[in-house]
Amino acid sequence: MEDEKIEDIEIRLLLEALYRRYHYDFRNYAQASIKRRLRQARDRQGVATYSALQDKLLHDPAAAAGVLRFLTVQVSDFFRDPSYFKAIRETVVPHLKTYPSLKVWIAGCSAGEELHSFAILFREEGLEDRTLFYATDINQDALEAASRGIYPLDRMKAFTENYRLAGGKASLSDYYSTGYGGAVFDKSLRDRVVFSDHSLVTDAVFSEMQLISCRNVMIYFDRDLQDRAVGLFRDSLGRGGFLGLGSKETLRFSEHVGAFSEFVREEKIYQRRQA
Amino acid sequence: MSEQSQSAGGAPNAVVIGASAGAIQALLHILPALPEDYTLPVLIVVHVPAGRRSELTALFAAKCRLPVAEGEDKEPILPGTVTFAPPDYHMLVEPGGTISLSRDEQVFFSRPSIDVLFESAADAYGPALVGVVLTGANEDGAQGLAAVAQAGGVTLVQDPASAYARAMPEAALKACRAARRMSLDGIVAALLAAGRR
Repeated sequence: MEDEKIEDIEIRLLLEALYRRYHYDFRNYAQASIKRRLRQARDRQGVATYSALQDKLLHDPAAAAGVLRFLTVQVSDFFRDPSYFKAIRETVVPHLKTYPSLKVWIAGCSAGEELHSFAILFREEGLEDRTLFYATDINQDALEAASRGIYPLDRMKAFTENYRLAGGKASLSDYYSTGYGGAVFDKSLRDRVVFSDHSLVTDAVFSEMQLISCRNVMIYFDRDLQDRAVGLFRDSLGRGGFLGLGSKETLRFSEHVGAFSEFVREEKIYQRRQA
Repeated sequence: MSEQSQSAGGAPNAVVIGASAGAIQALLHILPALPEDYTLPVLIVVHVPAGRRSELTALFAAKCRLPVAEGEDKEPILPGTVTFAPPDYHMLVEPGGTISLSRDEQVFFSRPSIDVLFESAADAYGPALVGVVLTGANEDGAQGLAAVAQAGGVTLVQDPASAYARAMPEAALKACRAARRMSLDGIVAALLAAGRR
């Protein structure tokens, strides 16, 4: 028991050090999962304790950059949870069609799988020309990957099936060619995308949106930090704007629950209340 | 949570169960035997394929006297409830007694992973935890059960001889010397004793 308590002290200090030295703020991340990643990082760095890891990361920016990338990396799929995209297409898009111009925020876009899914869906629904997408993440590598739009060919079979289940109107292969050892998605899908380094932990509202999709990002936050992020979304959405979460996320425990109504309950699509 | 668990004077505050191949039969032996006034939360990882809505909750809700659900992010962990990890997510216990989910990489080719649940639960509950490893064909759960034992919790393993697949209970027994090898009836009796009002 005594050892574990020391370990918790060390982790708290390490997170404080990362924040002060590199301005990455994990202090309000969900403890159990950040601890698991830190343990992997510690083992990969070949040190025995979190104190030793802290020492190394404070004094070795290159090692720190690697660890910070590791702590913030996420993976996703094209049209992950196809029923979510189907619900967007069938129930949200008709509302969006009534707007002359649209801003859509993919918050925590990782390597761009979901961004490309939305870009394809919006093209098929005739919304592309009036839409500006904001794709944000705190991981620089992920943003670069998202702006390249190249994905492993061996994942295309599963992505194609997702696309079909999500109500895709063409064939996913219409949107990519093969090259550079992967599936290269059509550059024009990214013509109306702004890629930006943005943190839900420390940064502020930057525009008024009609749709925000932030899926499986806030599961890594504790309740307080979730409240901060949902507050950002509330303040970023125009009245009647939409917020989509991951299939096992909920606003039920959020202090901002009253600002939203359930629009498609089973797909975790919420709508900003009118008044 | 650690203060709470210590003040409980060794009485368990939660049960975690891990199972893989043959899980449904084994769990059908255990979960319906828990009474409606059972005092502990029961958190379960069963290896299920990703991408499909799990049918476990519907199956067990119909057979159990306790409420059965899939875990949602940040949900408070309540006594007398059965919570399954959702497909394609790891399910963890936060020190404040809530569930958190993660999409971190698979462990032993599986997400959810038994090790991930057990290690986080051992951290959160310390000695006030009962860990149970049932039938399965891989080694997930062995390290997690060792973590439960190291934190002072109670560790139970289905007798490999009576398990549908013996690899998982064997690995758990090997990694966790303190674990008790038991029949499914023995496990039911131990869980009833742990959660009696």
